[in-house]
Amino acid sequence: MASTTSSIMDTLFQRTLEDLIKGLRLQIIGESAFISKALDEIRREIKSTDSHTKSNALQKLSYLSSLHHFDMSWAAFHVVEVMSSSRFSHKKIGYHAASLSFSDSTPVLLLITNQLRKDLTNPNNEFEVSLALECLSRIATTDLCRDLTPEIFTLLSSTKIFVRKKAIALVLRVFEKYPDAVKVCFKRLVENLDSTDPHIVSAVVGVFCELTSNDPKSYLPLAPEFYRILVDSKNNWVLIKMLKIFAKLVLLEPRLAKRIVEPVCEHMRRTGAKSLMFECVRTVVSSLSDYEEAVKLAVVKIRELLLDDDPNLKYLGLNALSIVAPKHLWAVLENKEVVIKWLSDEDPNIKRESLRLVMAMVSENNVVEICRVLVNYALKSDPEFCNEILGSILSTCSRNLYEIVNDFDWYVSLLGEMSRILHCQQGDEIENQLIDICMRVRDVRPELVRVGRDLLIDPALLSNHFLYRILSAAAWVSGEYVEFSRNPFELIEALLQPRTNLLPPSIRAIYIQSAFKVLIFCLHSYLLQRESTASSYPDTSALSELASKREMPEGSDSATFKAPSHSEQDEVFNPRVSNQSFEELSVGNGGDRTISHGQTSTPVTSENSFTYEAVVNHLNLIELALGPLTGSHDVEILERVRNLLCFIELIKGEVLESLVQKEENLNSAEMKSSKIIKLMSDAFSEELGPVSVSAQERVPIPEGLVLKENLNDLEMICGDIQLPSSISFSLVSNHYEEGVGASLPDLQSKEELEPPSEATSLLAEHRKRHGLYYLSSEKNDIVANDYPPANDPKLRDNQNNDTEDLVKLTEQLLVSKKRPNQAKPRPVVVKLDGDVVPVSAKRPGPKDDSLSGAVQEVLLGSDTRTSTSRSNPSDKSSSKRKGKEKLITDPSFELNDNLGDAEKLDHENPSSRRSKHRTHGKERRHKSPGKIREEREENGQKEKKKSSHRHARHKTRQRADVPLNVVSETPVIPDFLL
Amino acid sequence: MGIRFILMVNKQGQTRLAQYYEYLTLEERRALEGEIVRKCLARNEQQCSFVEHRNYKIVYRRYASLFFLVGVDNDENELAILEFIHLLVETMDRHFGNVCELDIMFHLEKAHFMLEEMVMNGCIVETSKTNILQPIQLMEKSS
Repeated sequence: MASTTSSIMDTLFQRTLEDLIKGLRLQIIGESAFISKALDEIRREIKSTDSHTKSNALQKLSYLSSLHHFDMSWAAFHVVEVMSSSRFSHKKIGYHAASLSFSDSTPVLLLITNQLRKDLTNPNNEFEVSLALECLSRIATTDLCRDLTPEIFTLLSSTKIFVRKKAIALVLRVFEKYPDAVKVCFKRLVENLDSTDPHIVSAVVGVFCELTSNDPKSYLPLAPEFYRILVDSKNNWVLIKMLKIFAKLVLLEPRLAKRIVEPVCEHMRRTGAKSLMFECVRTVVSSLSDYEEAVKLAVVKIRELLLDDDPNLKYLGLNALSIVAPKHLWAVLENKEVVIKWLSDEDPNIKRESLRLVMAMVSENNVVEICRVLVNYALKSDPEFCNEILGSILSTCSRNLYEIVNDFDWYVSLLGEMSRILHCQQGDEIENQLIDICMRVRDVRPELVRVGRDLLIDPALLSNHFLYRILSAAAWVSGEYVEFSRNPFELIEALLQPRTNLLPPSIRAIYIQSAFKVLIFCLHSYLLQRESTASSYPDTSALSELASKREMPEGSDSATFKAPSHSEQDEVFNPRVSNQSFEELSVGNGGDRTISHGQTSTPVTSENSFTYEAVVNHLNLIELALGPLTGSHDVEILERVRNLLCFIELIKGEVLESLVQKEENLNSAEMKSSKIIKLMSDAFSEELGPVSVSAQERVPIPEGLVLKENLNDLEMICGDIQLPSSISFSLVSNHYEEGVGASLPDLQSKEELEPPSEATSLLAEHRKRHGLYYLSSEKNDIVANDYPPANDPKLRDNQNNDTEDLVKLTEQLLVSKKRPNQAKPRPVVVKLDGDVVPVSAKRPGPKDDSLSGAVQEVLLGSDTRTSTSRSNPSDKSSSKRKGKEKLITDPSFELNDNLGDAEKLDHENPSSRRSKHRTHGKERRHKSPGKIREEREENGQKEKKKSSHRHARHKTRQRADVPLNVVSETPVIPDFLL
Repeated sequence: MGIRFILMVNKQGQTRLAQYYEYLTLEERRALEGEIVRKCLARNEQQCSFVEHRNYKIVYRRYASLFFLVGVDNDENELAILEFIHLLVETMDRHFGNVCELDIMFHLEKAHFMLEEMVMNGCIVETSKTNILQPIQLMEKSS
C-alpha cells in the first residue's frame, strides 16, 4: 500500500534532471548517498507506464551514467521502449541513452532493428532520421549493418544534405562492421566526392581519410578524384584531410608524389592557416622527403614554428623536425641551437621532443660533447626528465654494440659519473652496460676497475637502492679483474665495509665472492713476491704468471716483510682467534685500517706491497666482517661466507707459521697453503670465453648419476623456487685437473671446503646437487648454438685480438660461462634502438582485409588478379554471404559483377584495363537496371568460380612481400592520373 | 576514427560532458578520465596543449573554468583540433550567450546535440555555426 502511494507521488512530483543536478550541486559531502537515493527513484520511475515519467527517469539515468559512471545496462530494455516513443523529445532521450550505453554484447540490440529501419525511412521528420543515423554510428553491430544497408544506401543519395552527410559518416562504421556493404554503397560514396555541396564533400573526405589510413592501397585508384579536390578545394578542413590521404598514397605510388609536390608547396606558401601549413609541412617531411625543394621550404616553415613564442607551435616544430631527422639530418643541425635551447623549456613535452632531436644528432664525432651537455642538463633537471636524459644517453651510446663510442675509457667513466647523479634510476641499464663492455672490450678493463673501485669505496652510494645493481656490477668487475687494481686491499675493505649490510642478499653475495677473489689475488701476489725476494730473482717466471703488468717493488717489500716482530703479531693476531666483543674488534679493525692506509700513503713504490701485516690484517678483517654472516638465512650469502671463512682457516695457520720460520724454512712452510692459494688463483684468473648455450649437453654424465629421476622429484618440491644462475666452485678448469695430484688428503678431511680430489667427481658432486638447475636452464634455452665450448683455445685466441675484432666477434657472444658467483645472467644482446619501424608494420587486421578486398573489388572490378592485397580468409565467407545478399540488394550491386564480367575480357592487358574500367564506370550510370538483371545469374556463377580461384591463388601470394605488391600495383595509377 | 572522445572537465576535475566515439566500459571511462585529468590539469598556460597519452594524443584547451579535452589519433592535425575546440566554444557561446559551465551542466542534452551535429563517428562533419544550430533552434521553437 505504501509503495503504491509513493509511486503515485513519484509520478506527480517526479524530480526532473534539473532538480537532480541542482540537488547534486548542493551536496558537498553526501553525494554518493544522494545519488543512490536518486537511483532508487529512477528504478521505480523507469518502470512507470507513463512515457513522460519513464523518459524523464531515463534522462536522469543517462546523466548519472555519463558523468558519474553509474551502470545503466540494467535499463537497456527501457531504453528500447523510450526509443520507440512517438514523441520526438522522448525518442531523443532514448536514442541518446542507447548510444551511450549499448555495446556489441547488449542483448536488446536484436529488438531495435525494425525501430531503426522505421526511423531511417521516416519521410517526414529528417531529425528522426538523423537521430537514428547518429545512434547507429555508435552502436551498429554486424547484424544491424547488414540488415540496414539498403536503407543507408538510399540515404547516401538523399536530397537532404542534413541527412546525407550523416549517412556518409555512418558508412565508415558500416564498412568496418560489415565489409560486404562496400559492394552496395561504395559507388555512391565515391559519387559524393563529386558533389557540389561543400558539406557533403567535407564529410566524404573525412570518411576516405579514415579508410585510407587503414588500407591505403585499396584507394589508389581514386587518386584522380582526390587530386582534383586537393587542387580545387578552398576548405582548410578538407585540404588537411586530403593531405593526410596523399601522405599515405604517395608512399605506395612514387609517381603520385611528383604530381602533388607542387600543389602542396603552393598551399604551404599561400595559406594563412597554421593548421594547414603544418599539415603541408608534415606531409612533405614524412612522404615527400625526396623532393629537395619542398623539404627546404618545409624546413624554413619549421624554423618559423620553432622560433614562435606559442608553445604549441614550438612543440609541433620540434615534432616535424624529428620526422625529418632520419633523412635530412642537416635540417636538425641547422636548428641545433634552438633545439638545445628548448631542452630547458618549462614544458616537459617540449623538453622531451628536443631531447629526442638532440639524440638524433649524436654521431661518433660529437658524442662526447653532446653527452657532456646532456649530463649537465640532467644534473639540473627534475628526476623524471633527468632519467629520460640518462636513459636516452645509455640507449643511444649502446646502439649497435656501442657503434658511436670510440673512447671506451671515456664512456666507462661517464657511466660512473651518471651513476652518481642524484636522481639516477638507470641502475639496471648501467649494470648491463658495465658488464657488457667489460666482456666485449678488453682494453677498457683497467679503467673499468678504477671506476668500479671509486663506486665501491664510497659508502654514501650504499644508501641509494637504485644503485645496487650498478654496485653489483662494480663488485664483480673488481673481483674478476683485480689484477688491474692499484690497491687490492682497499678493495677488500670496500667490499666488506659495514654499510654493505644495506645491500640485498643477492648482491651482497657478489660482494663476498669478489672479496674472495681479491683475497686470493693478494695472497698469491704475496707469495710470489716472497718467493722472488727469498730466492733473489728480480723477475721470475712465476711473476709473469700474473696477468697484470704490475711492477713488483722487491726492495721495499722485503724490508717491510722482515720488519714486524713476533710479539707484534701475537698482539694483532691472537685476539681474533679468541672470542672478543664486537666493539673491541672494530677498534682493532680501525687500527688495521690505519696501518694499511699508512701504507697506501707511502710513495708509489710501496703502494702495491703485499706485506705480511697487510695480509694478516685483511684476513682478520674478513673473518671479522663475515663472522656474523655464517648465520645468514640466505643460501647464496651463507655458502660464499663459508667458502671464504673456511679457506682462511685453512691457510691462516701456515701463513702465521711462515713468519716464525722466516725465509730459511720458506720452502717447506709454504708447501701446503701456497699450493692451495696458487690453485685458487689460477682458477680465478682463468679468462673465460663465450660458451654455447648447449655446452652443458657436451659434458658427459658421470657414471652412477641418475639425473632424470631426481629431476622429477625436485621439480615437485622446488617448482616455485627461483633458479639461481649458477653455484660457486663448480668451475671445471684445467687448473683443477692439474691440482688433482697435489691435493692434500689431510686438508680434505679437516675442512668443510672440499678441495677437489678429482675433477670429474667434483663435477658429479656438483651436478648431483644442482642438476636441476642445469637441466632446467637448458630447457629455457632450447635454441642450440654452434659455438665452440668454453675453453676452446681458438676462440680465446680470437678474443685476444684487438678490440674492434672483439666487439664484432662478441656480437654473437651468448652465454659466458662466467664466474659462478655472477648471480644474474650476463646481458646477451645489446639493446638496439635504431630499428625504425616502417609504416607498413601497421598491418590491417582481418576485418580490414575483408574490407580492402571488398573495396578493391568494387574499384578494380571483380577480377582480383591485380588487386594484390587480398588476404582471403574472409573471402570465402564473403562469397558465401553473397547469395544471401542478392535477395535484398538493388540493381547497383549487380553492376559490380557486371563490371567485372566485362573486364574479364582483357586480363592479359592490365594497363589498358584500368582505363576501360574507368569508362565503364561512367557508362554504368546510364545503364538501366533491367538490362543488368539478365546477366545476374550468369555473373553469380562466375563470381563463385572466381572467388575459389582467388582463394587458391592467395595461398601463393601470401608469401610475396609488400614491395612486390607495390610494384605489381604500379601500372594501376598512371592511366588515371599521369 | 579521428576523434576518439571529447571531454569537458572543470578546474576541480569534475567531468561536465563526456562523449565517446568508441565503446569503452564504465570502468575504462572512469580510469581514462582520471588519468587524463591528472595529466592535463597539472599543466600551466605556458605549456603546450598537446599531451601524449597511451597510444593517442590529447589536444586540450582551457576556457575560463572549463577544460575542453579531445582525444585524437596520433596522426590527427593538432592545430585543426584546437580550431575545432574553438569552434565548439563559439557555437555554444552563440547559442547560450556568454556560455559558462552552468549552461553546459543544465543543458547537457543541447551540448550533446551540438556535438552530434559537428562530429559523427569521429569525423568532423559540420563546421558552420549556423548549420550546427539550425536543428536545435527548430526543435526549441516546436517544443
